[in-house]
Amino acid sequence: MTIATRQRLTLAAFLIPATAWLILFFVIPLLIVLLYSFLQRGEYGGISWQWTIEHYQRLSRPVFLGIMGRSIWLGLVTTCFCLLLGYPMAYCIATAPPRWRNALLLLVVIPFWTNFLVRTYAWMVILRTEGLVNTALQSWQIIDAPLELLFTPFSVGLGLVYGYLPFMILPLYATIERLDRHLVEAAQDLGANDIFTFIRVILPLTTRGIIAGSLLVFIPAVGAFITPDILGGAKTLMIGNLIENQFLKVRNWPFGSALSMLLIAVILIPVMIYFRTTETRRS
Amino acid sequence: MTSGVLSKIDLLVRQWHLRSLWLVTALGFAFIYMPIFILVFFSFNSSRFATTWKSFTFDWYLGLAQGGIDPRANLPNVIVWDALRNSLVVAVVTTIVATLLGTALAIALERFHWPGRSLIEALVFLPIIIPEITMAISLLVFFSIGFQLIENLTGIKLVLGVPTVIIGHITFSISFVVVTVRARLAELDPALEEAALDLGANEWQTLRKVTLPLIAPSIVSAALLAFTLSLDDFVITFFTNGVGGTTLPIFVHGMIKYSVTPAINAISTLMLLASLLLVVASSTMQTKQNQ
Repeated sequence: MTIATRQRLTLAAFLIPATAWLILFFVIPLLIVLLYSFLQRGEYGGISWQWTIEHYQRLSRPVFLGIMGRSIWLGLVTTCFCLLLGYPMAYCIATAPPRWRNALLLLVVIPFWTNFLVRTYAWMVILRTEGLVNTALQSWQIIDAPLELLFTPFSVGLGLVYGYLPFMILPLYATIERLDRHLVEAAQDLGANDIFTFIRVILPLTTRGIIAGSLLVFIPAVGAFITPDILGGAKTLMIGNLIENQFLKVRNWPFGSALSMLLIAVILIPVMIYFRTTETRRS
Repeated sequence: MTSGVLSKIDLLVRQWHLRSLWLVTALGFAFIYMPIFILVFFSFNSSRFATTWKSFTFDWYLGLAQGGIDPRANLPNVIVWDALRNSLVVAVVTTIVATLLGTALAIALERFHWPGRSLIEALVFLPIIIPEITMAISLLVFFSIGFQLIENLTGIKLVLGVPTVIIGHITFSISFVVVTVRARLAELDPALEEAALDLGANEWQTLRKVTLPLIAPSIVSAALLAFTLSLDDFVITFFTNGVGGTTLPIFVHGMIKYSVTPAINAISTLMLLASLLLVVASSTMQTKQNQ
């Protein structure tokens, strides 16, 4: 056996198992969903082998447009609030004394390791009618009747910001930490005040982190399922709930498939733009 | 003179800016941790309603240990121990398979040069960015078609359960293993492996005696990550578990949907504790790696 053949065999042994797995259990299932989205719904929740684009046409109905609009809007609002809260946090952690830095960073990472469902449930305890906020406000006699905090767009948005804040902080931290301090000092020495320095120097130099963090928050937020499932009600359905509904309750799999394809499109567009811009910047 | 006064004001302003920045950061950390503390706190409350503090109790934990949460809960014949066992079985098998497959793929991507590499890179990247719900329903559709096909061909009727959950978990874990191990491989000094090859070791020997020991900490980190992702997963499991594959998060979700009691806080506290142990293990691994 020549060295080249042996190398080729080794490569195959390393490459093929995982690739085959991903093709079988990831690519093929997605292609089947794509195919389903163009097939007619059969009886008893199945499909019938007739091509149609009716499911995509159905997406333009006001009910579904409303749900999609809400998902995108909640995704954008979540991204904005994560950025507003996450940027100062990332900045402070990145500029903290080195011995503090790792501890603070660990505090950001811990939620990433803890159960998302459990963390979301924590807000249910706080927000529900007989929950902590309402009890406290009532006992201090600020309000007479309990506020409706849970099962509203507010509770869903809050849950999303809570769930995805670490995804914003980590990439921001990475770019701010690499930021050349001398440039900030130079701006300050030349008489720029803090706000001017921030807008003209720090912000442009950390755009990459902002974009990366925003994508990492927006993508899971738009497709969220657990958060609206637990903290939202019938009036705060998002695409994720609608898809679940079509697959497990209504059993209209072709329409559910079309919704999933739409969700992928909504997410891939910003991702593609991101890669285009970073590639052109590199070349 | 004037400039001295101005710079003093400037310094005050700057200090004020810095303080408000730290204030926001402190509030941010409070926002992250306060709900978790409240959750844990009320797991020890003897009142059924998580509103007022009555007295300290372990009752909710004892209730969990007996398996029954609430006899009226719509979780027939499933007790918490079954869910825990399923979760652990799924997580252990997922970790082993995903770590093996993912590490091998990471080595193939980083140590060999071949055409079409970027295609495989995209294949690894996609499961990370595709919404979980999409992956979940595509697995559901895939299994139902596959099982139908198998039934028509062989007459054997397969159903969703622990094995399908495991397949789903391995599928989303592989990518995270590849990314973690590859990062370490990329920063490894190639001279070390070249030296081994120059000294007469073949590729296998170099891999076994040089490369693998050097990337071992990152493989352990990747395994811990896969283990955690599997233990925590809800969405993929929810669509692929069938009747017999109830894992801990599915069990907790059932409890939440049924009624909110401090028993959920108790089980959540235990899950948080388990995650915390995993974080400590992982950060110890990372410190070792950096040394």
